[in-house]
Amino acid sequence: MSSATQLDLAELAKRIRKHCVRMTGTANASHVGGSLSAADLLAAVYGRALRYDPQNPQWPDRDRFIMSKGHACSALYAVLAESGYFPVERLETFYQNGSPLAGHVMHKNVPGVELSTGSLGHGLPVATGMAIAAKRDGRPSRVFCLISDGECDEGSVWEAALFAPHHRLDNLVVLVDYNKIQSLGAVKEVIDLDPLADKWRAFGWAVRELDGHDVRAVEQAVTQVPFETGRPSCIVAHTVKGKGVSYMENKLLWHYRAPMGDDMRKALEELDGQR
Amino acid sequence: MRTAFIKELFELAKQDERIVLVVGDLGFGVVTPFMEQLPKQFINAGVAEQNMTGLAAGMALSGKIALTYSIANFPTLRCLEHVRNDVCYHNANVKIVSVGGGFTYGAMGATHHAVEDIAVMRSLPNLVVVAPGDPVEARAATRAVIAYQGPCYLRLGKAGEPVVHQSPIEFELGKAIRMREGKDVTLISTGGILLNAVRAADLLAKEGIQTRLLSMHTVKPLDAEAVLAAARETEAIFTAEEHSVLGGLGSAVAEVLAEADRVKVPFKRVGLPSAFSPHIGTQEYMQERHGLTGEGIAKTVMASLRTMAGKLN
Repeated sequence: MSSATQLDLAELAKRIRKHCVRMTGTANASHVGGSLSAADLLAAVYGRALRYDPQNPQWPDRDRFIMSKGHACSALYAVLAESGYFPVERLETFYQNGSPLAGHVMHKNVPGVELSTGSLGHGLPVATGMAIAAKRDGRPSRVFCLISDGECDEGSVWEAALFAPHHRLDNLVVLVDYNKIQSLGAVKEVIDLDPLADKWRAFGWAVRELDGHDVRAVEQAVTQVPFETGRPSCIVAHTVKGKGVSYMENKLLWHYRAPMGDDMRKALEELDGQR
Repeated sequence: MRTAFIKELFELAKQDERIVLVVGDLGFGVVTPFMEQLPKQFINAGVAEQNMTGLAAGMALSGKIALTYSIANFPTLRCLEHVRNDVCYHNANVKIVSVGGGFTYGAMGATHHAVEDIAVMRSLPNLVVVAPGDPVEARAATRAVIAYQGPCYLRLGKAGEPVVHQSPIEFELGKAIRMREGKDVTLISTGGILLNAVRAADLLAKEGIQTRLLSMHTVKPLDAEAVLAAARETEAIFTAEEHSVLGGLGSAVAEVLAEADRVKVPFKRVGLPSAFSPHIGTQEYMQERHGLTGEGIAKTVMASLRTMAGKLN
């Protein structure tokens, strides 16, 4: 067992990326690109911001993390293992027959997972429910929810986005992994989201826009929430799909393709070479 | 039923602050006392049923007993996948409440005809499906679903339905209430059509047919014991529901009968065809057009008995 809170964030993010490559490559599973784009965000949230106890996953006053882009599950499973929720070796069972680690985030028999996701647009409404429950009960819990850019096409995201500021849920944080590529093409070409930060601002959120691979910037943001008392916080993180593996970066193909064989070797070598 | 529900819920919520009512911007005049007197236990999610359902799931996963409340198909079909994934898969302690089951809002048009909800909700894992037959059952059902730990669907009618149960009832989820004994046929009813089922039994009695009448307020889990007892002890079984014959009470009963050992009993579903009703009108008018009044049900039973007798000869 390791502890994410004691690791250097760049080191934690690198470990997450290597796990993602090994898991998806070994299993021949999709979605490595969107897992790599989220790695630095997850590292900063689990490494510095989230208050949790892996020995007591149901601790009532814990902060919650909801991985709404459930297809990027390998990154979540990796950070949970690195945070001490379960042994890192269990990641080897990813996507295998009988494993609890499914190809989308599943809560059954995976300690640390708050919500099963996989259909987009579910995470933010549930996170909002958790946030308002904590407020009304006077508990200190905060709720962090990571969503994808393509997910912002879902109307339910904006239903929750309307609701949370109205109820002044400043214990709620949404992180948008804005990697600019969705399932069938570039976000700009499918359904353009720009200006995305302005949209959240217009809905009443306190917004910060940052480079989602600048771990210091992300660390600063996630440890400074709420950005404004009485408002939920939104972090629009500009990211790169496939970040960390040069041949994957900004390539739609790696939404689907798994890094097997030589691809895996090359990816791991490259990640090892990064600090 | 609506009044019985909200009154009972109000009383329960005053004693249990875990109870929180999340409405989809509906319930004018109905939820007002709750809203005003228990503001910490009330949320209006606005016209946003997906978020309403997700909110309730999130609150339930944080220790609340959360109810979603809207009318007709809005809290069920509109946000179905949120019910499935967020509520049912997580076994979240959410109670989905729909006012306006069947043709309650008949005059409002097909969008407001809730006639597939039982079928759809019955197919979801972990979900208990309850359709009380009158205000007395509605009150008891409200108590029961709140006491039950896990997801429930409560299908209600409107306000002001007559009380059918004239004496106190014993209400248990998954257990049919035997309202009348008879050796000839069994009539099984769910939801607000119960009064018509009683009328049908009265009419059948005049024709010399003695009816065992079951109020099957819980469609899932179904009281299979009561169905099988009816198959053994009476000569034919009929179901009555203000709902499509596909997937509702009739289907649930048929499933039990089809798979039971050594059971051979004439059976017919009385309900709606799988079609959008070409009519609009009051609930009574709609029932009349679709053969679901007491007279309509009795007529179908009589006609079926004649056909069944013909087949036996």
